[in-house]
Amino acid sequence: MTTHRKKGTRRGLAAAYPSWFYLPAAIIFGVLFLFPTFASLFFSLTRWTLFQYSFIGLDNFRQFFSEPFLVWGLVNTLIYAVVTSGSKVVLGMLLGILLTSNVMARGLLRAVAFFPVLVSTIGVGITFTMLMHPTNGLINDVIATFGLKGPAWLTDPRFALLSVAFVDVWKGVGLATVIYIAGIVSIPPEYYEAAKMDGANALQRFWNVTLPLARPATVTVIILSLIGGLRSFDLIWAMTKGGPGFTTDVVASVIYKQYQAGFYGLSTAGNVVLFVLVAAIVVPLSVMLNRKEVEA
Amino acid sequence: MTYAISRRLLVAAAAGSALALSFATAASAEVSLTFLVDNAPATVSASEALAAAFHAKNPDITIEVEARAAGGEGDNIVKTRLATGEMTDVFMYNAGSLFHALNPQQNMLDLTDEPYQSDIMDTFKSVVSENGKVYGAPFQTAMGGGVFYNKKIYAELGLEVPKTWAEFMKNNEAIKAKGGVTPVIQTFKDTWTSQLFMLGDFYNVLQAVPDFPEKYTANQIKYATTPAALRGFEHQEEVFKAGYLNEDFGSASYDDGLRMVSKGEGAHYPMLTFAIGNLFENYKDYINDVGFFALPGDDATNDGLTAWMANGIYGYAQTEHPAEVKKFIAFVASKDGCDTQTKAVGAIGPYMTKSCTLPADVAPAVKDLVAYFADGGRNAPALEFLSPVKGPALEQITVEIGSGIRSPLDGAKLYDDDVRKQALQLGLPGWE
Repeated sequence: MTTHRKKGTRRGLAAAYPSWFYLPAAIIFGVLFLFPTFASLFFSLTRWTLFQYSFIGLDNFRQFFSEPFLVWGLVNTLIYAVVTSGSKVVLGMLLGILLTSNVMARGLLRAVAFFPVLVSTIGVGITFTMLMHPTNGLINDVIATFGLKGPAWLTDPRFALLSVAFVDVWKGVGLATVIYIAGIVSIPPEYYEAAKMDGANALQRFWNVTLPLARPATVTVIILSLIGGLRSFDLIWAMTKGGPGFTTDVVASVIYKQYQAGFYGLSTAGNVVLFVLVAAIVVPLSVMLNRKEVEA
Repeated sequence: MTYAISRRLLVAAAAGSALALSFATAASAEVSLTFLVDNAPATVSASEALAAAFHAKNPDITIEVEARAAGGEGDNIVKTRLATGEMTDVFMYNAGSLFHALNPQQNMLDLTDEPYQSDIMDTFKSVVSENGKVYGAPFQTAMGGGVFYNKKIYAELGLEVPKTWAEFMKNNEAIKAKGGVTPVIQTFKDTWTSQLFMLGDFYNVLQAVPDFPEKYTANQIKYATTPAALRGFEHQEEVFKAGYLNEDFGSASYDDGLRMVSKGEGAHYPMLTFAIGNLFENYKDYINDVGFFALPGDDATNDGLTAWMANGIYGYAQTEHPAEVKKFIAFVASKDGCDTQTKAVGAIGPYMTKSCTLPADVAPAVKDLVAYFADGGRNAPALEFLSPVKGPALEQITVEIGSGIRSPLDGAKLYDDDVRKQALQLGLPGWE
């Protein structure tokens, strides 16, 4: 019954404007969004040199899925997305609690935690590439003062992906923290008072009050950072270019390399695959997380 | 079936700024041309010197040099600008397989009947021609792919320039035994530098399998199943396994490599000789300590150099000033053009114009290089000038082999798969 009435109201609103009123937005939407989307669907079915194209059906998708590093890239993408997203949730939550407490110089600390978000990703990538240099980087110099030998962070295949993920977390955790701060501040203090009256200790208050009531913040952080992680490219490209060899390739860098090589049809097909992949992971997740929120 | 995309549609879609620009230039009496080059410092200095010298001779024509990224990113820029109808009047680009990928017959001015063509070496003309028409003139010099070595270290240890791979490895052993100096420098931060062992070995491949390029283009021969072709990959693994590499080989850059070999921190650096230009720029004081030799194969009596042709300079088919463009290209390809470049960036290799000469006092590495082109010297073009098939992932594969992540055979197989995409994209017969 309610939904019916809602629909009715919307339709009523729609009639309030003459149709030409929608035209500018519709044109922009059509030219900048609809047309490219359908054009890319079309070109993903062609072998395309920019100068000419020939229709080859689903061959690009077949080729893309037999790309030797695509599977590896998919696995890396998932590892990267889960690791960065998970770390941002945990660290963002902890920092959020710290920065909503009565800590000294709270405003300054909040600004400091947010600062990395504002720095250019490429700049961060280049800086950390220098810090992580195996023989004259600052990180290994520090490790060396303890008499240990640090690994080749970005060029040892065992560490490279996680090293980049670490930098991603450092750069992105500020945003998660801000979302958590907003979420935690909006929890009414009465709940904490009630919990204290019931004799709950700090851990119990966190577990039973903060965590469930900050759920909308958690959902937002997970969704945002997971999408970011799945389509991450700039930081990885700035730091390792997918290397050494192919060991830190993610789906986006595999696609980019096909563009670079001039395989425009193939890389467009890759983008269609990436689009489907992100949608297939994020849409159900979002529905699931939001439904639980309503139930709670 | 293949469809051509309407150029007009693309141009129309490509925004009005281009239109506004062309109106502005058409209005003025003097002609201004734009010359697109890669952003290597030596290329930019040479191009600017050429532009200035040409303007001095032709005051009514101004050349503006525009720099773009090099490597794969540069390929993309050039292709995109051609496809959208926004290419500059004149541009430099590789000869050989990359040249063919630009669709020259549609995009470039025909230079076949220019008077200077008789002064250009036939080997060069063959790599900028399609269907019997010449589309390019030489810009910069020919290069070799081989090994830069530090002459001081060689003198100190009494080593001789190796003629075979076994001798090369023996020298490395001696250098390692002495300690303090890296035998072989590798610089995988700039991934393209990892390809030299494989690409620079092609002279030796060609000696063993003379019809390799034709068969390779026709999908009848593979790297993984041709022992001679596999050797380059194997060499790379051998130097890694023997522990001859610099400790930071994975993070070192191209410039680190040049510094190490010129200052004597390392003994050998496999590289293309265009690097002599960068040595001039950055390590001029050490230029006399650096020598050059071709990558050695297995046969001491038949050692030779894998040669890279000079870059090409091309005129854009849609330029509004074809006559002026041709005039500038003629200047670049002339003896005056060569001398202007030599003055700007030093003599870094042999020119492809017959009347061009090098000064007598060239750097040792250039002397070593030129000897392979002189009478009695032996050289063969790199595979990319004999076959249009070149895989885009080679540099990642050679980084993996050179870092011990992947075996040579496995890498060769992967590369054979990789080139298939390029062959299909070019529509070569025998690959479908």
